Amino acid sequence: MTATATGLTLDQLLQRVDDFLAEHDPASLTTDEERMAWLRARYDAGLAWVHFPEGRGGLGLPRSWQVEVDAKLTAAGAPDNRSRTNTIGLGMAAPTILGFGTPEQLDRFLRPLWTGEEIWCQLFSEPGAGSDLAAAATRAVKDGDEWVVNGQKVWTSGAHNADWAILVARTDPDVPKHRGLSYFLCNMHDPGVDVRPLRQITGEAEFNEVFLTDVRIPDAHRLGEVGEGWKIATFTLNNERVAIGGGSNPREGALIGTVAKTWREHPERRTPDLHQRLLKLWVDAEVMRISGQRLRQKLAAGQPGPEGSAMKLSFARINQELSGLELEILGEDGLRYGDWTMRRPGIGAMMGRDAGFRYLRLKGNSIEGGTSEILRNVVAERILGLPGEHRVDKDVPWKDIPR
Amino acid sequence: MSTTPTTPTSTSTADLDLLYTELEDDLRSSVSALLGARCDEHRVKAAYDGDDSLGKELWPALAGELGLAALLVPEEQGGAGASAREAAVVCEEIGRHCAPVPFLTSAVVATTALLADGATEAASALLGELAVGERTAALVASFVAGPGDADGLGVRPGDQVRSVAGALEADVLLVPYAVDGGVELRAVPTDAVTVEPVVSLDMTRPLADVTVPEPTGEVVVPATAGVAAVRAALTTGAAMLASEQYGVAQWCLTTSLAYLKERRQFGRVLGGFQALKHRLADLYNEVESGAAAARYAAAAVAAGEDVEVGTAVAAAYCGDMAVHAAEEAVQLHGGIGMTWEHAAHHYLKRAKADQIGLGNPGAHRAAIAELVDLPG
Repeated sequence: MTATATGLTLDQLLQRVDDFLAEHDPASLTTDEERMAWLRARYDAGLAWVHFPEGRGGLGLPRSWQVEVDAKLTAAGAPDNRSRTNTIGLGMAAPTILGFGTPEQLDRFLRPLWTGEEIWCQLFSEPGAGSDLAAAATRAVKDGDEWVVNGQKVWTSGAHNADWAILVARTDPDVPKHRGLSYFLCNMHDPGVDVRPLRQITGEAEFNEVFLTDVRIPDAHRLGEVGEGWKIATFTLNNERVAIGGGSNPREGALIGTVAKTWREHPERRTPDLHQRLLKLWVDAEVMRISGQRLRQKLAAGQPGPEGSAMKLSFARINQELSGLELEILGEDGLRYGDWTMRRPGIGAMMGRDAGFRYLRLKGNSIEGGTSEILRNVVAERILGLPGEHRVDKDVPWKDIPR
Repeated sequence: MSTTPTTPTSTSTADLDLLYTELEDDLRSSVSALLGARCDEHRVKAAYDGDDSLGKELWPALAGELGLAALLVPEEQGGAGASAREAAVVCEEIGRHCAPVPFLTSAVVATTALLADGATEAASALLGELAVGERTAALVASFVAGPGDADGLGVRPGDQVRSVAGALEADVLLVPYAVDGGVELRAVPTDAVTVEPVVSLDMTRPLADVTVPEPTGEVVVPATAGVAAVRAALTTGAAMLASEQYGVAQWCLTTSLAYLKERRQFGRVLGGFQALKHRLADLYNEVESGAAAARYAAAAVAAGEDVEVGTAVAAAYCGDMAVHAAEEAVQLHGGIGMTWEHAAHHYLKRAKADQIGLGNPGAHRAAIAELVDLPG
């Protein structure tokens, strides 16, 4: 890691990728240990996420350049860092830890997170705190150098595969709700963590309920100051909305590609009505793709703001309309469903599933990561500067709020 | 949450810069300053009562003082050698001010036709005159014609072409004569042509019916290249119109927003009602999406990459988007939005006419169906 690295040009960066590949040939890797060593070396070379600082897996370069680095490394046969399994870790936990962590926390968590050695999940929502996340009731009580955590979390994607979680818990019930929260990094292997499947409308259980009973978290794994939990959670959620709504895709690289393929393969199913609706959605999907590209260019130097919320509104609507249209195009086949058996899919297991599954699963797009109704409030208040909603619980100590 | 990726279609996309360069920002500032000072909304309104003096003052200032007519003309032909990216910024500002100037019809559509492959020496000479603002041109085609109509626009002497945009402001018309072997574009001085003004839905882009005379004037694009020239002109025109539509929509959004922050009923500002907040949030999202689409089209035309799909997508999306924004502006202003006094109707009329102009959204979607292999 040299001090001169910052300020590399794109060409210099790509040269550095070539140099790295010359020293670390992916073709020579045979064992899992060797592959992991290669991933650690890539992290140490600053080629993991180039927009992160030097020493933290990056080189302080524009976020958009990562695409070219990835393309080169993938072409050379680079090992996979389980990015599809660790979307919450990479998209949400990592930027939050980078933004608020101590140097010790950054040293401890970022590299194994990026390499996929440690998978992360998110312990935010609760049965009584959905859209109103700041009402979270999971309690964390200080006991010496540790916190003792009790409560119930819900809608936790991938908790059954996770090693660590980002956790929001109440550390002070005597102050108004936004001020009494703190943010923790929670070990999912703690004996007090009980993960139970939550079956959903698709028939399977992608999510979980997580019961926390006397879970002990060292104070060294608290992120940010005590009472700063809301601020940090908001930061995480802005990243989530970008992660969900702003993914980089080629044309027809998202759901529209699947539906267009069905259309091309089945001339016998075409009707003028379906054609018009497909073309409108094709345009909407392409405009969303371009908007995502523009948003990424805007963000190349900065942090995600509420603009991601607007993107996610489009993403949810288009996915839901498209998946509904797909069933109509499929006609008789649209009346069938693959399998209602209760199963435990991996995260992001949308691939290879049938249209009925997609139609049902994508209903979640306007609920998860902020409902579309809440996101419209976010856009209206934080981007457009319109007045906030009336809040009867804002200045009341959390313990006195009726529930 | 990702969904199934598939092989992209054969249509390749371009990795284009969708933001504004410093130069483009500077250009916007000067156009905005000039229009802000001189494009008074009461004088815009006067066009509906027969007073078209504002456009006659503004156009020489924009074309001459700011040199905007020269943007798309190459330097070696006396122009500024800029690109569609800069022209799009101008279109945004024209839309935002609802300015009654023939920038789109002369400095974009006619200019692009004259830049076609195979254009003659006479075309080059005319470009030089257009660039310095000495002359103003218009293509003789109905304003409804879009890129998909290009091969059906050839005319014969005696034909009447209805609803031509920019003809009233022009002193030279590019007439696409149908001849043996194709369509030949001739530069015909307007005094040789019957140009009859019509009462237009949008009087900030007044239309005229043009009666085609016997062939006269110099050939600027020969018969073999005419259809391609017209298609290129209408494609660039449609791409730039999307930026104008974005400008129109942005005025509607910001004006409605400002009004709802100030207007009080039931003891509260209207913008605090969630039903209205959500409508504005959706409108913001739609307008921002349109901004990205319009910017992509401009960058695509400038780079010569992914031009047809990029243009059709922007045109299909922004046409409806601007109309929606203008209709929302009228509704969200309540009674005042229905008055002659308020400017909202200038934008509604402009947006509606723009939606129909240079190919309507359905025509652009039909083009997409062919371009990306989604047959009906």
